Amino acid sequence: MYTQAMDIPNTDGPTAVPAINEQAREAEFNERAGRGEIVEAKDWMPEAYRKTLVRQISQHAHSEIVGMLPEGNWVTRAPSLKRKTILLAKIQDEGGHGLYLYAAAETLGTSRDQMLDALHTGKAKYSSIFNYPTLTWADIGVIGWLVDGAAIMNQVPLCRCSYGPYARAMVRICKEESFHQRQGFDLLLALSKGSEAQRAMMQDAVNRWWWPVLMMFGPHDKDSQNSELSMKWGIKRISNDELRQQFVDATMPQGELLGVTFPDPDLRYNEARGHYDFGAIDWSEFWNVVNGHGPCNKERLQARVDAWEEGAWVREAALAHARKQAARVAAAAA
Amino acid sequence: MNAPIAALNPAHVSYVLRIADGSLILAQRLSECCGHGPALEPDIALTNIALDLLGQARLLLSHAGALEGQGRDEDALAYWRDASQFHNPTLCELPNGDFAQICLRTFFYVAWQAQLWTALSASKDAALAAIAEKSSKETRYHCEHLAGWVVRLGDGTADSHARMQRALNYLLPYTNELCVDDDIDLAAAAAGIGPLPSSLNDAWTAQVQAVLAEATLSLPASTPFRSSGRRGQHSEAMDYVLAEMQSVARAHPGAQW
Ligand SMILES: [Fe+2]
Ligand SMILES: [Fe+2]
Repeated sequence: MYTQAMDIPNTDGPTAVPAINEQAREAEFNERAGRGEIVEAKDWMPEAYRKTLVRQISQHAHSEIVGMLPEGNWVTRAPSLKRKTILLAKIQDEGGHGLYLYAAAETLGTSRDQMLDALHTGKAKYSSIFNYPTLTWADIGVIGWLVDGAAIMNQVPLCRCSYGPYARAMVRICKEESFHQRQGFDLLLALSKGSEAQRAMMQDAVNRWWWPVLMMFGPHDKDSQNSELSMKWGIKRISNDELRQQFVDATMPQGELLGVTFPDPDLRYNEARGHYDFGAIDWSEFWNVVNGHGPCNKERLQARVDAWEEGAWVREAALAHARKQAARVAAAAA
Repeated sequence: MNAPIAALNPAHVSYVLRIADGSLILAQRLSECCGHGPALEPDIALTNIALDLLGQARLLLSHAGALEGQGRDEDALAYWRDASQFHNPTLCELPNGDFAQICLRTFFYVAWQAQLWTALSASKDAALAAIAEKSSKETRYHCEHLAGWVVRLGDGTADSHARMQRALNYLLPYTNELCVDDDIDLAAAAAGIGPLPSSLNDAWTAQVQAVLAEATLSLPASTPFRSSGRRGQHSEAMDYVLAEMQSVARAHPGAQW
């Protein structure tokens, strides 16, 4: 998911063991969070809860803004003005999601600049999915349909997560993500009714994105590092494997409508389970991408670093102007 | 409402297309920046302006297509004309350059649009007047936002000032074209379709010079240079803009998207 790297070990080092009286507060906190009570920024919270949330929300925010890049790759070439408008507005939404999420994380005492620095130096992760290339126009439809679709599966439960500012940000975000998903499907529906070449383009995109999308949900529950604690704290509500299964089940009938197949010979409905079975995920590919060796890791990160560094003089100028303005106002008042 | 629209005279379609093409090509240039801004807020704001310009372009192209009466819709006009058939001012197609140049170019053009929309509200072409009315609200916001950046960067640091001054020296000559009348403008103005570009000159100059002064920039000497995009003779940059914009559409003639 956008926060799938929550399932891999934290490199910040262990959090110190709390003192005895802290342990009592923590037990009370865990109990409250477990009951579904909402935690607000000013409330006391265990340090580990705060750290975990900052990691999770900033990963999520980074995913939103890195995610602008693969789609931005097709804005200038969108084949109709209507599709260009939809795509540009979608990418703008993703930037807005980044803003809400950085703001939510900032309520926990970490600045946006600190979080961006962690992204730019490679310390912070973002979703593995955005390290895949967008090779044809159909990729834009598949990203909306499957990537935003998978994101929704994970994010709807987060609207009820224990941390208030995060939950409220997710409510706004989820509304927009479901638009994105429908728009992506609609783009593909047009391709499905189009020429042979358009249908082939769509099938090729599904073939390339299918497995990486399944990996978005993160490792199997048995291999996931942070899930148990996050469940207890109410910042994760449904397990990786359950979400992945929900996603596959929801996607199959949509794929049928589009007339696409999925690149998995083991994919079939299992009457006994009432769910679709699917084949084994290639986790070596997942870990390679998470650890920086995917097809576009270097390019994505470099694009973010370049934008930030090339924008430094702009940010400095804006600050300098604001200082001068303040001085002028003060001088006029004196 | 559904009666076929008739052009008031042969220059009518060309007059509308020039306005449409300016919005479209500038939107295309701005959309190149999406996701690469100096911070999230200005990135989102520029994308917002690109979206508004694109919205204007779609309304205006559809209107031009209807006036022309040959069945060309917004996409036929955007994707299937060649460079010499586009009539945007050259200013709109120039490469983006740095953030100073992006802001100043866009400011110059939207400030011109602001004057144009006001004058177009009196157009005998009711549909065009309605598009102008709708656009004028968003253009007012664009002007404010971009004037803010021109001032911020002009006044900010020595580096940002130098960049903004360089952008001004480069771009100002391209604005000469905005306020020069030709036969199409004369015919359109005579028919009550829209203003002569020259009639917008004083208000545009006043608005722009006030912002440049606040930005502590100095006006370069005037030059006889004239670009000619409005006549269909573009800069070298234009064909690349179109090659990119039209590539997918042209690879699939007749396709629906
Ligand atoms: Fe998003
Ligand atoms: Fe989205």
